[in-house]
Amino acid sequence: MPMKSNETYDDHVVRMFLAASAIWGIVGMLVGMYLAAELVWPFWNFDLPFLTFSRLRPAHTFGVIFAFGGSALIGTCYYTVQRTAHKRLAWGALAMFTFWGWQLICVLSMVSMPLGFTQGKEYAEAEWWIDIMIAIVWVSIGAVFFATLARRRIRHIYVSNWYYGAFIIAVGLLHIVNNLAIPVSMSKSYSIYSGAVDAMVQWWYGHNAVAFFLTAGFLGMMYYFVPRQAQQPLWSYRFSIVNFWALISVYMWAGSHHLIYTALPDWVQSVGMAFSLVLLMPSMGSAANGLLTFNGSWHRLREDPAAKFMVLALVFYAASTFEGSMMAIKTVNSLSHYTEWTIAHVHSGSLGWVAMITIGSLYAMAPRALGRPAMHSRKGMELHFWLHLSGALLYVIAMWIAGVTQGMMWRATNADGGLAYSFIDSLIAIKPLYGLRWFGGVLIWLGMWVMAWNLWYTAADARKRIITPIPVPIPEPIAEQQPPPLPAVA
Amino acid sequence: MAYRHFEFIEKHVWTLGIATAIMVSLGGLAEITPLYMEANKVQPADGLKPYSPLRLAGRDIYVREGCYLCHSQMIRALRFETQRYGPYSTASESVYDRPFQWGSKRTGPDLARVGGKYSDEWQRVHLLNPRDVVPASNMPAYPWLAKATVNGQDIQERMRVLRTLGHPYSEAEISLAPKEVAGKTELDALIAYLQGLGIDNVPRQAGAAASTAGERKP
Ligand code: HEC
Ligand code: HEM
Ligand code: HEM
Repeated sequence: MPMKSNETYDDHVVRMFLAASAIWGIVGMLVGMYLAAELVWPFWNFDLPFLTFSRLRPAHTFGVIFAFGGSALIGTCYYTVQRTAHKRLAWGALAMFTFWGWQLICVLSMVSMPLGFTQGKEYAEAEWWIDIMIAIVWVSIGAVFFATLARRRIRHIYVSNWYYGAFIIAVGLLHIVNNLAIPVSMSKSYSIYSGAVDAMVQWWYGHNAVAFFLTAGFLGMMYYFVPRQAQQPLWSYRFSIVNFWALISVYMWAGSHHLIYTALPDWVQSVGMAFSLVLLMPSMGSAANGLLTFNGSWHRLREDPAAKFMVLALVFYAASTFEGSMMAIKTVNSLSHYTEWTIAHVHSGSLGWVAMITIGSLYAMAPRALGRPAMHSRKGMELHFWLHLSGALLYVIAMWIAGVTQGMMWRATNADGGLAYSFIDSLIAIKPLYGLRWFGGVLIWLGMWVMAWNLWYTAADARKRIITPIPVPIPEPIAEQQPPPLPAVA
Repeated sequence: MAYRHFEFIEKHVWTLGIATAIMVSLGGLAEITPLYMEANKVQPADGLKPYSPLRLAGRDIYVREGCYLCHSQMIRALRFETQRYGPYSTASESVYDRPFQWGSKRTGPDLARVGGKYSDEWQRVHLLNPRDVVPASNMPAYPWLAKATVNGQDIQERMRVLRTLGHPYSEAEISLAPKEVAGKTELDALIAYLQGLGIDNVPRQAGAAASTAGERKP
């Protein structure tokens, strides 16, 4: 039997990450909204280099994926690992270092990219010296996480930690391999890969940044917070384990579906397509496991907006992964590649799945980490839900229509076999849809402000007692819990 | 294998970590290693030279400004693509591209064979304000490029780094670089880069074929 302890959870660093995530969400989505406006009304570029669409776009992707998503992932990871290990976070000082290190990286990236510092690889635009900082902070995050797990007071490692662990290991690996480069100056480096090899490495990275950052990490979040919010155990624990191994091993093979019909050797393209279809199984499996966990507790959707965010997140997860597998089929990809359809897919994954599971988890976690019974305003959460959902639907539907329109116009031919439309015709045809997407973005962004306001007032008490943070005692583990526990309360 | 064998993994964090690391490494190893090996075997096609100093400067500006976020440089082997943009792209065309610039999104048209499609003057006006020539365009204007000049020493430095990565620049070419770019603006460099696309990076005969390939739509 483990010894009784009077330790408390280390929630200070969790709260910091939580606040950072909310702030970066607002910043990153503001940039997204601005980009959307620039595509409709180019004068928003103002002829200023750092406000120009092509310089700002990497700041959007970095801001939402790594700053907003990353802070939420690391924060919830530290929160979850303590509660499922029944142990205080290991190496508190190092954990604080990871917080400030990550925030510094985010600020440096988001400032340097609009100034023209870029490696020119999507989602890996940050220059070499920022990449080195990322590697250092990332290893530290891994150290805190695995050290806490190693000190756990319960033998069984809860499934959330598997996903968080895979997220940390895989992203570290991807980041280092893809960013190998020789520097010329602070603002320029050359990749050690070139041409087709670089393309393969980049999309191996790019796709698995999606797989391990935007999927595995958030599945870890889902597997902890969904059972908590549904107030019953996971639908099937073993099923979650099977899905885990399938997901992490299959995803890594699928990257070449980003390069279908390109100059990459044909066999690699076919492997990518085949594995993308196999991916349907673990994807649907994970979504089903989460949704079925709500079985018998659907009434909570009426009472608890956080649960509503989570259920919708799972629906979007199922939808976007299904869509992704379809887009990996060569004939479908010949239409969808290069078009707004990809953008629709990206944002049904990111606004639907990533943002909603994050928001739901933040609403679930915030009162607990702040020692409050509930969020300040339930009405505020409801309002946020409807703003976010309608914005996301507007965005995704507009871009679907735009993407298919583009794809059809680019391939349309006249009776004589000549092309029916010039390129600019296709741009003119979809301009109104760009406008609609922008409007959807505005709704989503307003929703983020409602959340910020709500969090601010929920934290009011904690702010007043800022000198004595509210300690949450760690409950005693139950020895040999079988099946593994419903994640601990508090 | 009974489920309890898996349970061993569920209770041992280092086993779990190592098993995870192995599983996530397989896919990349299987797909990247063969390509990497082949790439090191394949020699660039005859007559294919690395970027001249001015075009190298232009290419780095293309990357810095993020043109690849709206433009692809990869014509797929599909009829409607070759009809619109010219012969499909091959891997040998981008052997000197670090990073590759194939792109993933076409907010604007493909540029793989845009070289020679317009005059230098058209390119200049278009880059300074696209709406002067294509009123419905949503491409940003890049007026600051006309004001900045290309730094010869910086280009030399870049050529040296590229040489360590295997681009066959001779010492003479590197020492002549500052002369070639002297007085050129960033706009000149970018236009030189664009005007060579689909011409300078294609082996001679194929390049000739590219420029005579059937009617193309604007
Ligand atoms: C917001 C997306 C966007 C960005 C960023 C962008 N472009 Fe464009 N570009 C377009 C669109 C749309 C067109 C088609 C309309 C036109 O000709 O302006 C186009 C057309 C072009 C053309 C003419 C192609 C043809 O075949 O007619 C060239 C050349 C070009 N762009 C070069 C560039 C360069 C160089 C950059 C980077 C400095 C760049 N573009 C950045 C959207 C963009
Ligand atoms: C089984 C799951 C999935 C599969 C098989 C899949 C497949 C695909 C395919 C085929 C593309 C198009 C590539 C192209 O034509 O250029 C794509 C693009 C993309 N997907 Fe997915 N997808 C999946 C899940 C997701 C999820 C859950 C997210 C995000 C949260 C996501 C984010 C992206 C992004 C960001 C891109 C754009 C990459 C780029 O071109 O810049 N995907 N995906
Ligand atoms: C207010 C909400 C948002 C708006 C208005 C918005 C808008 C945009 C726009 C305009 C683009 C450029 C599309 C193009 O080049 O045609 C873009 C790209 C992208 N956004 Fe967002 N975005 C939002 C939220 C998010 C979130 C929350 C995420 C991720 C968590 C995200 C991830 C991405 C990615 C990965 C791309 C690149 C897609 C690609 O290259 O294929 N966005 N976004």
